[in-house]
Amino acid sequence: MNKPETIPSPPAASEQPGSQTPTDAATPGGVASIQGAAAAQAAPATMMKPLVAQQGAAVQAVASNTPPSVVRAFLQAKSSGKLADGAFASLMVICALAIFAIVVMILFVLIANSRLSMHAFGWKFFASQTWDPVSGEFGALPFIYGTVLSSFLAVLMAVPLALAVSIFLLDICPKMLRGPISFLTELLAAIPSVVYGLWGIFVLVPIMRDQVGPVLLKYLGWTGFFALPNFGVGMFTASVILAIMIFPLISSISRDVMRAVPVNQREAVLALGATRWEMLRIGVLRNARMGIVGSVILGLGRALGETIAVTMVIGNHPGIMKNLFAPGYTLASVIANEFTEATGDLYLSALIEIGLALFLVTIVVNAIARLLVWAVVRENAGSAH
Amino acid sequence: MNASPVRSRALSSFVTFRRSATNHVVTVVAIVSTIVVLVPLVAIFGYLLYKGASSLNLAFFTHVPMPVGEPGGGMANAIVGSGAILGLASLLGIPVGIGAGVYLAEYSRGKWLGTAIRFTADVLNGVPSIVMGIAAYALIVGPQKHFSGLAGGVALAIMMVPTVARTTEEMLATVPKAVREAALGLGIPKWRTVLSVSLRTASPGIITGCMLAFARVAGETAPLLFTAFGNQFWSFDLNQPIAALPLQIYVYALSPYDEWHRLAWAGALVLIVMIMASVTLVRIFANRGVLKGGN
Repeated sequence: MNKPETIPSPPAASEQPGSQTPTDAATPGGVASIQGAAAAQAAPATMMKPLVAQQGAAVQAVASNTPPSVVRAFLQAKSSGKLADGAFASLMVICALAIFAIVVMILFVLIANSRLSMHAFGWKFFASQTWDPVSGEFGALPFIYGTVLSSFLAVLMAVPLALAVSIFLLDICPKMLRGPISFLTELLAAIPSVVYGLWGIFVLVPIMRDQVGPVLLKYLGWTGFFALPNFGVGMFTASVILAIMIFPLISSISRDVMRAVPVNQREAVLALGATRWEMLRIGVLRNARMGIVGSVILGLGRALGETIAVTMVIGNHPGIMKNLFAPGYTLASVIANEFTEATGDLYLSALIEIGLALFLVTIVVNAIARLLVWAVVRENAGSAH
Repeated sequence: MNASPVRSRALSSFVTFRRSATNHVVTVVAIVSTIVVLVPLVAIFGYLLYKGASSLNLAFFTHVPMPVGEPGGGMANAIVGSGAILGLASLLGIPVGIGAGVYLAEYSRGKWLGTAIRFTADVLNGVPSIVMGIAAYALIVGPQKHFSGLAGGVALAIMMVPTVARTTEEMLATVPKAVREAALGLGIPKWRTVLSVSLRTASPGIITGCMLAFARVAGETAPLLFTAFGNQFWSFDLNQPIAALPLQIYVYALSPYDEWHRLAWAGALVLIVMIMASVTLVRIFANRGVLKGGN
């Protein structure tokens, strides 16, 4: 690399004794021992230049009594990579292990800081409906209800649309439009949560209150899920915002999964005379179903943890109500709203316990989703495109 | 197959009709859904541009917020504060992320540790941002007894690591094996090969990944709520509460004052333009060179 003119000499040296120990080169032990010897000779040198110079001297010295290792010793010395390689590799391993460390640290910190509330309420914390900071009574059930319901509704709204758009982009859309449309849907993912919230407060809430609300009330009022009063802020509006927010995620991952289905599956179904829909249903959707479920669960995970946009439009009132127009509260919103105002250690620790619950639930949900997506993409890797 | 050819023909023509009808219905449904999805997107952008552009002025970029009731003022301190927090987050998060990505791509092939880390990174990616905020609060704000930009930066850095790591890995995977082998074949040590050949070749893609991670955390509000906390005045001290653009938008949007709503819209436009610019750059990078087909 840095001294090319010295390279021709070792091959010349290797010609006479090279055949003496041919197996030595193949065994890693042999290489390592030679490398070790070379390193030992060069041990005091720490910088590159002196190391190479000293090595050159060492090689000449060695050449007289143990000829077979000359070439290797020289090349090893020239590369002199052992120490640097080891250091570099361990640095990279440390960076990678940092990811583990982060997860463990978050878990530890959350558990340590929520101990007070765990001792005070135990498992009852997740079954109690009272959230009364004044008297120090804390129960997370209304927030769990709000989180689960809003996320579920969001998934219900987003999934059919996301699948339809994926199908459109993969098989129906003219090539010219494919790029711009998928770019636009990706832009949806790039809009920050707080901007969705802002739009939600000033645009979506009035629409929900004045246009969509009355229609839903008229046609679906009998179910009991839609009842007055409708202020525009509430569970339903939050679900709509969430649906818009998780749509790009579900759409892009389900598209990846569908794309991973081998082309010959599609071709085989088409060759049997299937229409496009039949080809998609039998050839694509059925093969990709695990991955699609995975993408839906990923969307669910995102919806469960979404904080700011939901906080801005859900109404922030703890309660378990059937009416979807009524205000609600979610796990993430209660943390966002009350964390800085929490007076007293028990209050704070109850909020951190909610954070812990959120962390564990999203970890489990995401783990399941990733496994499903991986199963499909891995299985079809190689035969894809 | 069928005994009576006439009936069979009628039946099969009915079946054909039904099948092609279903096919058309599905096509129409897919097209309509796409339109339904594009409507809110266009609505959000259109309204944002309209409201933001009409409320944006020079004072927004040069002034700090006015007290309630006084007109004018801007978010200059929030823009600077966001810059400081994001700079700190990038400084902490990107090197670790790239290091982890290098490990995953270059050192962990076929090892269980690599799979475990890859999986953990993906799962960490899905952890709600507010949880990162709590962690940073408990680690830094709690012991220090005061809010600080530092804590906000740490929270955002934690969020950047898995994204950067996974994109770095994916981009390194697109570097042809032959290039690495050529370098190693010349006797170049592995660390040098990784730095000067693999990373160098994949650098456009890695920069892309870093910018994607940056764009993602740039709009985050939740982890800053109780770490950076916000500040109405000029402050460059990362050890003190510091203003951030998303945080300011959040506070102003929920306030009852029209003047503050106006500033919130202007702030949202600035934030979006900042993020869109980086995402678009990403697009341009991604369509070039090594990354072609690497998606």
